[in-house]
Amino acid sequence: MIKSRRQFITKTLALGAYGITITTGILHSPIVAAKWLKQRFILSDYDETIAHLFNGETLIDNHNKIKISRLPNVAENGAIVPIKISSQFKNITKIYILVKNNPHPLSAEFEISPAVEAEVSARLKMAKTSEVVVIVEADGKFYRRFKKVKVSIGGCGG
Amino acid sequence: MSSIKIRTKRLNGKTQIRTLITHPMENGRNRDEHNNFIPAHHIQELWVEHNKIKIISCNMAGSISKNPYFDFLLKAGEIGDTVTISWIDNLGQSDTKNHIIK
Repeated sequence: MIKSRRQFITKTLALGAYGITITTGILHSPIVAAKWLKQRFILSDYDETIAHLFNGETLIDNHNKIKISRLPNVAENGAIVPIKISSQFKNITKIYILVKNNPHPLSAEFEISPAVEAEVSARLKMAKTSEVVVIVEADGKFYRRFKKVKVSIGGCGG
Repeated sequence: MSSIKIRTKRLNGKTQIRTLITHPMENGRNRDEHNNFIPAHHIQELWVEHNKIKIISCNMAGSISKNPYFDFLLKAGEIGDTVTISWIDNLGQSDTKNHIIK
């Protein structure tokens, strides 16, 4: 029971502070280590995204140690486009998937530990015919590979 | 009912982890029947733990398909190990699920 006005005020303040902690996600922070960076995902230009992500690093193009499979040449439905990425590089730390002509090119970035094989599958949405770009970071170097996918029906609305 | 489905399969000493998550993955550009934009609602982060050690973390945008599917290949993995997959979306909702490799 809250007896006095003072007690009422302190309890309200405590509850309020607790609410703020939950909503701002401070309680979440020990679990979520890698941060979701909004800036990367709201850029709408491919070149800008690349510049933002890699900050002028050289990207080595069309390396045959990156394999893109399952990705169709013609996607009937842009809402579900499967992709599988595998690579023979050792010490892979990151894999990026970008779709050049999407409203926001960056689709996903995977950070993987050495306990995981460099093999990742996902399903993308594609707004229109575009090149899918896969960038792999291994030993501090960046390797890029493209594949063009023709889309019959776009999957990004609008 | 959890939104996460996990399947694992042992393949020559490696372990394949497949996951399917039930999520609308709205990117904020689709319209409803009254021609209003449907607000964005998509998973932002997904992470996979193997015996409580984080092995994969993935940041994603709304351009991952609805009900996203992922598969990964673990270099090791024994029967009885736990695989935990969790996600959190842009509205702060989250889910997590444990799975034991059989």
